[in-house]
Amino acid sequence: MSAIRCRQLCKTFKQGDEIITGLDHIDLDIETGEFVCLSGPSGSGKTTLLNAIGGLDTPDSGEIHMGDIRVDKLERGPLADMRLHHIGFVFQAYNLIPVLSAQENVEFVMEVQGVPVAERARKALDILKEVGLEGMEDRRPAQLSGGQQQRVAVARAIVSHPDLVLADEPTANLDSVSAAHLMGLFQELNENHRITFIISTHDKRVMSYAKRLIKMRDGKIIGDEAQ
Amino acid sequence: MKDVTLRMAWRNLWRHWRRTWLTVGAMIFSNGLLIFAMSLQFGSYDMMIDNSLQAYSGHLQLQHPRYLDEPKMRYALDDVTELAERLRRELDLDSISARADGFALASSNERSYGLQIIGVDPAHEPLVSTLPGLVKQGRYLEPGMPGEIVIGAVLARNLKVGLGDELTFIGSGFDDSFAAGIVTVVGIFESGIADLDRALAQVDLAYFQDVFAMQGRGHSLTVRAQHVDDVESLQWQIGELLDTDKSLSLRHWDELQPGLRQSIQADMASNSFMYIVLIVLVAFSVLNTQLMSVLERTREFGTMMALGLQPARLSRLVMLETGLMTALGLVLGIGVGLVINLYMARVGFSYPGMDEVALKFNLPERIYPSFTILSMTLGPAAVAIGSLLAALYPALRLYLLTPIDAMRAV
Ligand SMILES: Nc1ncnc2c1ncn2[C@@H]1O[C@H](COP(=O)(O)OP(=O)(O)OP(=O)(O)O)[C@@H](O)[C@H]1O
Ligand SMILES: [Mg+2]
Repeated sequence: MSAIRCRQLCKTFKQGDEIITGLDHIDLDIETGEFVCLSGPSGSGKTTLLNAIGGLDTPDSGEIHMGDIRVDKLERGPLADMRLHHIGFVFQAYNLIPVLSAQENVEFVMEVQGVPVAERARKALDILKEVGLEGMEDRRPAQLSGGQQQRVAVARAIVSHPDLVLADEPTANLDSVSAAHLMGLFQELNENHRITFIISTHDKRVMSYAKRLIKMRDGKIIGDEAQ
Repeated sequence: MKDVTLRMAWRNLWRHWRRTWLTVGAMIFSNGLLIFAMSLQFGSYDMMIDNSLQAYSGHLQLQHPRYLDEPKMRYALDDVTELAERLRRELDLDSISARADGFALASSNERSYGLQIIGVDPAHEPLVSTLPGLVKQGRYLEPGMPGEIVIGAVLARNLKVGLGDELTFIGSGFDDSFAAGIVTVVGIFESGIADLDRALAQVDLAYFQDVFAMQGRGHSLTVRAQHVDDVESLQWQIGELLDTDKSLSLRHWDELQPGLRQSIQADMASNSFMYIVLIVLVAFSVLNTQLMSVLERTREFGTMMALGLQPARLSRLVMLETGLMTALGLVLGIGVGLVINLYMARVGFSYPGMDEVALKFNLPERIYPSFTILSMTLGPAAVAIGSLLAALYPALRLYLLTPIDAMRAV
């Protein structure tokens, strides 16, 4: 399901009279279980590419395939279902729901997925323990540090073992210890559960975990090498 | 609460607790006010019905089938006194009284006026009509005293007669014979109802039957129920009792006084307008609150959509929040309305000057709320429905969101 194929992806943005290039004829193949880092200067199109792959934004032209599914042609409803059941998102700004505790934030997505009550409580506690938040399950986002919030966001993204995790600069707000811990967790999930990871980053330390490093500039892929 | 969505909805309400309480407060206020106003309104209708019916026409009348449309002497009932006796016995209800109606020209020493002369049963008439209690000079008729008459105050003035004066009257009897009599004025009543005070006179039924050659006949049996709410069941009971008798028809007060229902309906319509204004104001307050609450959470909704939630689910969340708020307003509002009603049921409601009017027209001095399921729930239900409808707009707006734009919003 998670083998990704992008063909001639183009995306432009209009800002007033100016036309800004987001993606410029991107061709990209990512196999199931890969651990990919996207790097490149600010404005090079990393977020735009992740959004297109995750079905959050539609490209102007080109094709995106995920397994047998043509992502860019999906209707709104099935697209949302695909995100719900197959993709985990980690956003740069964490984006937790402020009125819910850490555990509830994790449980909420499972509730929408239709996971039974008892199972989702157990899974939420397990995953929070795994990301190192044992004892903080009942805290609201406002009572957690940036790094802790990001770990809740990661827990929320991976708790149902999606096929693909899209993480947009997940370590941008983390200290180096937290960043290393998070990357270790990603690596372990990738190796033990064959979850595909695509991570955008400026962070050299993050790139060192990658098995494949893609470099972008001005909406183009300018480098793609295995490490 | 195992349901995370429900917990989230509840907590979302209290993110801006002042705003939420203001909206809920508006609901509580309106619900309380609507319950109080409607209960009082229904109570005053009960009073209006009671008073105008008790004055004279009663709740139900048994008549000749054609008498209602054509009140002519010949459309009479046989042996009314016995029929009244039988009904009183079988229904175990004393407030049933026989009457006979006629027209006559009455003359005093000075003047002559046309009047409606009614033969009544002095023993039972006070139980169906308040008129006997409204005699302001002299006394009411007494059983076994023929040759006495009580007349309205305006009529007395017009005829220039007082207590103890004699009146002669002439009319035509049941068999078209000449009917005439001499009676002594023993009482003068003042009902405040112009038609009665100007043209009504009452004499003893047996005397009437004698003078007008009725041979035991009369024109109506007037029935007063204990309470206006009992009228329908009483109507049914009497109907059962007289099932086979096609020579009688039982008239509801609706038919006897068609104007009463109309004036109640007109009053209801004008009050409804005020109620609707109130409900619309509450609905706008909900619209405002929920629209603001949705707009300021755009980023959050964007995140949830990015995670894979459908817009329908987000709309349901907004409706759930509105529902919780409405339920709070409903429960507390009904509580407030109940407290006000209980208090009013105890002390009654009156406005300045009401007691004077009441005294003059023999009305109760205070209005008491009518506790019905309808008066307790109609207003709050309308407020709840109005609020939920108002929340549809902010809820359905969420269908316009796309996750990327929403997450980018501030
Ligand atoms: N909604 C938008 N409207 C206008 N321009 C946009 C929009 N989204 C992205 N862009 C532009 O598209 C280009 C690519 O942006 P993108 O966010 O993908 O870059 P990035 O590589 O993620 O940068 P960063 O490292 O700063 O996050 C940039 O020039 C950016 O200004
Ligand atoms: Mg970016």
